[in-house]
Amino acid sequence: MSRTRTERLVNLVICLLSTRRFLTAAQIAATVPGYEHDPEDPRDHEAFQRKFERDKAELRELGVPLETGTASVFDQEPGYRIAHREYALPDIILEPDEAAAVGIAARLWQHAGLAAAASSGLAKLRAAGVEVDPQATLGVEPVVTVDPAFGPLTNAARDRRAVTFSYRVPEVDDAATRRLEPWGVVCWRGRWYVVGHDRDRDATRCFRLSRIVGNVRPVGRPGAFTPPSQVDLISHVSGWDGRTPWTGQASVVAKPGKAAGLRRWAVETLPGPEGDKLTLPYADAERLAATIAGYGPDVRVEGPPEVREAVIQLLKEVMTRHDGVVAA
Amino acid sequence: MTGPKPSVDRLGRLLNLVPYLLARPGILVAEAAADQGVSEKQLREDLELLWVCGLPGYGPGDLIDMALDGDRVTISHDAGIDRPLKLTQDEALALVVALRMLAETPGTGTRDVIERALAKIENAAGDLADAPVAVKLPANAEKLDRVRAAVEGGHALRMTYYTAARDETTERVVDPMRVVMVDGRAYMEAWCRRVEAVRMFRVDRIDAFAELDEPSAPPPAAVPQDVTAGVFRPTADLPLVTLRVGRHSRWITEYYPVEDVRRNGPGEEWVVTMRVTDLGWAQRLLLGLGPDVTVVGPPELLDRIRAQAAAALDQYSSPAG
Repeated sequence: MSRTRTERLVNLVICLLSTRRFLTAAQIAATVPGYEHDPEDPRDHEAFQRKFERDKAELRELGVPLETGTASVFDQEPGYRIAHREYALPDIILEPDEAAAVGIAARLWQHAGLAAAASSGLAKLRAAGVEVDPQATLGVEPVVTVDPAFGPLTNAARDRRAVTFSYRVPEVDDAATRRLEPWGVVCWRGRWYVVGHDRDRDATRCFRLSRIVGNVRPVGRPGAFTPPSQVDLISHVSGWDGRTPWTGQASVVAKPGKAAGLRRWAVETLPGPEGDKLTLPYADAERLAATIAGYGPDVRVEGPPEVREAVIQLLKEVMTRHDGVVAA
Repeated sequence: MTGPKPSVDRLGRLLNLVPYLLARPGILVAEAAADQGVSEKQLREDLELLWVCGLPGYGPGDLIDMALDGDRVTISHDAGIDRPLKLTQDEALALVVALRMLAETPGTGTRDVIERALAKIENAAGDLADAPVAVKLPANAEKLDRVRAAVEGGHALRMTYYTAARDETTERVVDPMRVVMVDGRAYMEAWCRRVEAVRMFRVDRIDAFAELDEPSAPPPAAVPQDVTAGVFRPTADLPLVTLRVGRHSRWITEYYPVEDVRRNGPGEEWVVTMRVTDLGWAQRLLLGLGPDVTVVGPPELLDRIRAQAAAALDQYSSPAG
């Protein structure tokens, strides 16, 4: 932006903030330096109008709340003003430790996602008089990363606008188009999900943001749906995660000095002639069997049969599968 | 979601600069420039521009006025821009989500402070603070709390650590640098005296630790790694494993960093290549995946899978087994 343009825009903001009456474009042109033109000359007037439109767009992009209205019932032409109450960041007083926490939070985005928005937000807090210690640290700092779909989905959820996107699940060969009324976005165990009403399935569904292919497109108008009141987004995702309690106990024999990964998981370790007998708690026999099979001849299952059979089955399948395979 | 265009950048900075200076009478120009992330020259140009802006009338009493006393600046007339602009939707979202993330992070020891800060930011952001974003980070909070306290204590640690890549538990002395949460997992980044390099240690794999009397003293070469792209970033010197992966094991391509995924003709198999730190780790993963994955290379891994599976089955063939 040229210096003269910046200057004109600063003056425009100051002028519209200082007025209580709505000012028409003509009044603004007569007041703010940089808009001088001959309203009688159609070309000159048209150039002014284009300039003024660009400037208004610029202010709105920056988040300046331009109000439009008419100064009185006798006025036909729309006027403009900026209400200080709408423009200004409300008073915010942060204790030094709270300000430090905000400073750290703004830094968490690092180079990802909303990093620029976080630092411009922090700059506004500073301008409101908040002193942020740039050296402050916390004992543990999360690294915040988001998938590209994060922005469009949070916007759509806020606007209550339906979206459509292409979604690819690894087990399915092709991406499918999904239509969703997004209620909100959830970070659960380090992954991002969107929860909402799936229009095609007519049911509540969760989608993993990393599986969304390409753009998220809004469809229809804002305010098109109402999410259930008091919706607990986390519970939808955590319920979907499907964790079962660890009620089983398996007994295995691990060769001396082997299977460190199983040993640290064992609730009991007894030395024996062939190796150490480990007692392993488990939730799902198949998953435990997969882990045990990984250790090959270093570990042998004694029981229960469901784990033992599952390990034997896995190993047999590996043998069959690799029968006759020639390395590439 | 991108930052403001450079064209709006300066206007935003200028509108912010007036209240910023107003709140800090007599601030050093250099300090203000550093805080705004611009050069001192740029800041002086900004001040010159503001000087000729002001209220309609544009007379001496209308223009923004300031005292530039050598290196220091004081605003004496703000022409009505006495407050910064309110937060935009993205700014509110960025701060609120990051604070929620921070509040959810176990082991920070300052949750109440973070929640107070969050409440104040939400209040300042008004309607915009109602971000449709929920955050839940898991972790063994009790253990993470102890590890964090130990790291803050500033001492070297002797620890028992389980390395999944080699399936071994080792004793090592480390000089802790920081604790971070990446993708929902807590890590301690430290200089490892055993391997003489910076390593990220998963907190849930630190089985025991003790603080030593000597201070944590990472050498100057020990710098924190950029973990925004994940903790494990395979390097080209690691062995490349090629697999044919059936439908039900395709999840591994989401769970582990892979080099390449190709469809294998019209069938449902994918050809997946990935780099692994250790072939033993690959063996443990692949034996457990059972019927859905075929090892194509390297030949060493293929031989190993066959031999290990056969030897493991032998254990169950005798009646006593």
